Amino acid sequence: MEKVKIVEIKKSIFENNDKQADNLRGELKSRGLYLLNLMSSPGSGKTTTLIQTINLLKDKLRIAVMEADIDSDVDAVKIKEATGIQSIQLHTGGMCHLDAEMTRQGLDSLDTDGTDLVILENVGNLVCPAEFDTGAVRNAMILSVPEGDDKPLKYPLMFSVCDVVIVNKTDVMPYFDFDLEKCREYVRMRNPKAVVIPICARTGEGVDVFASWLLNEVRNWKQ
Amino acid sequence: MHELGIVFYIIRDVKEAAANNHVGHVSGVVMNIGEVSTIVPEYLTDCWRWAADKEELLKGCELKINTLPAVSYCEECGQEYPTVAHGKICPFCGSEHTYLLRGNEVEIKEIEVPDD
Repeated sequence: MEKVKIVEIKKSIFENNDKQADNLRGELKSRGLYLLNLMSSPGSGKTTTLIQTINLLKDKLRIAVMEADIDSDVDAVKIKEATGIQSIQLHTGGMCHLDAEMTRQGLDSLDTDGTDLVILENVGNLVCPAEFDTGAVRNAMILSVPEGDDKPLKYPLMFSVCDVVIVNKTDVMPYFDFDLEKCREYVRMRNPKAVVIPICARTGEGVDVFASWLLNEVRNWKQ
Repeated sequence: MHELGIVFYIIRDVKEAAANNHVGHVSGVVMNIGEVSTIVPEYLTDCWRWAADKEELLKGCELKINTLPAVSYCEECGQEYPTVAHGKICPFCGSEHTYLLRGNEVEIKEIEVPDD
């Protein structure tokens, strides 16, 4: 057998990212800029929810959006057309998540002068984005009714890192076996501090509750 | 997909460690992976082979995985128990007030360098 020399490393592969994320958060605090990281499965209604929320808040706050996807710019274009706010597309180059460094690069290419709130729409995925701290002030996730009320049991990490869980597509609840109370219970098991907000992004129902939560968050961050 | 992203992180850190230790070739990388880290070891080694062989420093380099057991702690009765067998519910007192002590590690333990 070939003789080998061992070099001890003993280092978590998330360590660099966690440090960069903390640095970024510190910088955002000093600039009074609030960054929300929005996560979900593909097709849960992230973009529609954002459009509704932005339209409720754009007279009160200056908002910009970063759309992260593996490819295409359909979401960034859609947001810009529907709300008129600044929106850019980030490509992850095949990666299933954004990390703190990619988030910083995205922020650097935005014009954030006078901006109060930047929303990062993460790659649609319930596993990887939960493991990489982006440097955002808060994490939000959308769980849509057709996905089922048991998602918090299947993707525990995602639900334990989220400060707010938006339950979307409540209008189709009669057609699915989705129990909102059970869902709240499952979320609470993972994360007792998470706020659960049921909405229907298509009709706009409940979006005002999420918008007020966000407005309040941004104002507190600036103090 | 998830594992490939992790592999890119490992490669970046191994390259950095190799540069710091003036190493020209790495023949093995030993990882400590917790049982509940959400990483599937077989996928990780498959992705590793594909990505590592594209790097001069890591051609043929083997990825070895030590699996670390997951252990939870119960705040109610103060006992520890194996997480994978019992999940969130304490097997001793039935409480849900439990948290993970260890088992979600994804760390590079050491690298092996040909000794010449």
